[in-house]
Amino acid sequence: MTQDISADVLLAIEGIGKSYPGVRANDDVTFRIGAGEVHALLGENGAGKSTLVKMIYGLVKPDEGHMSLRGAPYAPAEPRAARAAGVAMVFQHFSLFEALNVAENVALGMDDPPPMRDLEARIREVSEGYGLPLDPARLVGDLSAGERQRVEIVRCLLQDPKLLIMDEPTSVLTPQEVEILFGTLRQLAAEGTSILYISHKLEEIRALCDAATILRRGKVVGTCVPREVSARAMAEMMVGASLNAPARATGELGPVALTVERLSVASPSAFGTSLKEVSFEVRQGEVLGIGGVAGNGQDELLAALSGEARTGRDVVRVHGRGIGHLGPNERRQAGLCTAPEERLGHAAAPDMSLVENALLSGAVRKGLVRRGFIDWPGTRAFAEAVVKTFDVRTPGTGTAARALSGGNLQKFVLGREILQEPGIIVVNQPTWGVDAAAAAFIRQALLDRAAKGAAVVVISQDIDEILEIADRFAALNEGRLSAPVPVAGLTLERIGLMLGGAHGMHKADVHAAEVAHAET
Amino acid sequence: MELFGINPAILVASLMVAAVPILLAAIGELVVEKAGVLNLGVEGMMIMGAISGFITAVHTGSPALGFLGGALGAMALSLVFALLTQVFLANQVATGLALTLFGLGFSSLMGQGYNGIKPPRTPSLPFGPLEQIPFFGRVLFSHDWVVYASVAIVAAVWAVLRYSRAGLILRAVGESHDAAHALGYKVVRIRVLAILFGAAMAGMGGAYISLVRVPQWTDGITAGAGWIALAIVVFASWKPWRVLVGAWLFGGITVLQLNLQAAGSRIPVEYLSMSPYLITILVLVIMSSGRGRAGLNAPASLGQNFHASR
Repeated sequence: MTQDISADVLLAIEGIGKSYPGVRANDDVTFRIGAGEVHALLGENGAGKSTLVKMIYGLVKPDEGHMSLRGAPYAPAEPRAARAAGVAMVFQHFSLFEALNVAENVALGMDDPPPMRDLEARIREVSEGYGLPLDPARLVGDLSAGERQRVEIVRCLLQDPKLLIMDEPTSVLTPQEVEILFGTLRQLAAEGTSILYISHKLEEIRALCDAATILRRGKVVGTCVPREVSARAMAEMMVGASLNAPARATGELGPVALTVERLSVASPSAFGTSLKEVSFEVRQGEVLGIGGVAGNGQDELLAALSGEARTGRDVVRVHGRGIGHLGPNERRQAGLCTAPEERLGHAAAPDMSLVENALLSGAVRKGLVRRGFIDWPGTRAFAEAVVKTFDVRTPGTGTAARALSGGNLQKFVLGREILQEPGIIVVNQPTWGVDAAAAAFIRQALLDRAAKGAAVVVISQDIDEILEIADRFAALNEGRLSAPVPVAGLTLERIGLMLGGAHGMHKADVHAAEVAHAET
Repeated sequence: MELFGINPAILVASLMVAAVPILLAAIGELVVEKAGVLNLGVEGMMIMGAISGFITAVHTGSPALGFLGGALGAMALSLVFALLTQVFLANQVATGLALTLFGLGFSSLMGQGYNGIKPPRTPSLPFGPLEQIPFFGRVLFSHDWVVYASVAIVAAVWAVLRYSRAGLILRAVGESHDAAHALGYKVVRIRVLAILFGAAMAGMGGAYISLVRVPQWTDGITAGAGWIALAIVVFASWKPWRVLVGAWLFGGITVLQLNLQAAGSRIPVEYLSMSPYLITILVLVIMSSGRGRAGLNAPASLGQNFHASR
């Protein structure tokens, strides 16, 4: 569409296909990236975006098809070869070493790094040249999510790439940090570097990208110029169906169900954030959204509410009764159920079956243990009810939790808590890594629970999600919680400031807020 | 100059010698653990090194070839561990324990008929007049080449881990194998090489026991030295020079205990025998109570198997 002249094509991908046992990850994928172009790769989780970029970066070999870079055949056997050809990648996860410092992390991503002292000087020079200041001697574990991303970007820039692949780069950034990042990317594109930008945040793509290729179930289902089409049209191409915004019943709020007063907890992990005097209350039938950039105390707050971290008796109160000193099972008994962010290993035991996982959390409220013996038929029935009600796609309830896809396991975990009919439910990142259809379903389930009189606390990094379902919004920033404010009439600028951003809002994000409001 | 009937110069000189086996085994295990692998089979590898080294030295008449044979014997055994844990993804703790049990049994089988034989002597290096310096001559210039080599190896490991690219990659693999893999490093290959290095060191340490310390072959000759080496790595919080300190401390306690017995001391030797382990427990408690830098020094991927998924 945008690049018909072959001379301007940097990377051409022709008929690429890749299969895994039982899954066709990519099927006859064809598209081109022009020189100096910012090209978006759009798609839901599981659409095959990650497999595709791993093939471009040499981590995975395609089964069929071929690629060419500036007209020459391109088939990297390993990332080293891809880097040598001028392809660099900024990962979404898993590519920094917390216990090493910035310079060491950068050196590990280069094939022929200069001596440490020269490298440190180069890091300073490049990072400041692109407005991403970094101290090479700091430990990566001490850096914020935004600074960590700078490390990755600087690591790529030092190799003078022709093509920079960015996998979901903005999921961990504040709106202000996003703007800095976009400034850097525009500067790079103007200098002739092509950027392959993977995201499912449509407004960002509309603001940044020159062209977009949309993947669904491993196939290219469309291309467009993002500036010329609406976000909704792109979303519908991505999902392949029209999307419905969750419906909510507006009812009267009941009495206060959950009170947290001056909650201060030290983080159990060395790189965590301690909570400082967090206070809020939630009424029956109300949804409180707690926003914040990752690593600002979300995990610690969930632990303090679930009972994994204990506090003074009256710091956490359910219907006026102090439960701060109680453990998770006693809190479940009192009507407080929680679902943490990490699905495998925290919300669910990976190698245990769904039935066993249902028992672990549901034993108390569903009466599944009698005189120390497990009521297996009852547990099985409970697990089956969760699977059926929440449309969990699994061969059976005997399947290990590990074998489920992220979205399905999330539906199971949340369904397990919701079906216990708690008076208060606290969830952290309920739709993280979940595709749009499943996310809509989960949000609807939470709203339905609130409509039945439960107090709901949604801790999320997805501001759009909070704007969509919450009644009130509070921001978690460095372990401190702002005073909750009603969501109605809240601007994104205000939210950005509450999240700890300093100045300068991005146009696209303001627009996103308007869209979100229009949909609610 | 004597204290409680013990000559300090002789005490220091003999603790340096006594520490060599655990020092070599511990510095090898440090490299292995820095790569993220927990090999509890040090004891088994040491005793395999002890018997292979002994047999090689007896048949060739050369102690130097004996040390080489010890290293090779232990490396052969460690290949079993590498295959099971790195290729078949077996549990590292269970495999390591099995390796120790297997090594103890197999060395005993190999050693049939070698009881009561004297191996060729490993002489002290000649330093000429330097040996005559009071105190320091005895402490610093009265040893065989392995003592000096072991200290040199500690220095080399420290320098490589700290300053070289190979060391950086090794640490990165132990820190996060997923990230290292994503950057294109061969996690399994690097770990297998680290395991082999650890085994070579443990084997030489074992050979030092059967060729120099004792010097003869009996079943179970290492007598738990491998476990002390494992404790030293933790005690040293994965830092090479602290491994040296730890090995001398633990070696010193062993020597002191023998000397005190000989001097007819009233302190029961059992207290001294248990003290290395008490110190290790103490260090562990202190390390894990402060969530600061010390606790962070353990490699983050230690003991976790790596499997390259999609």
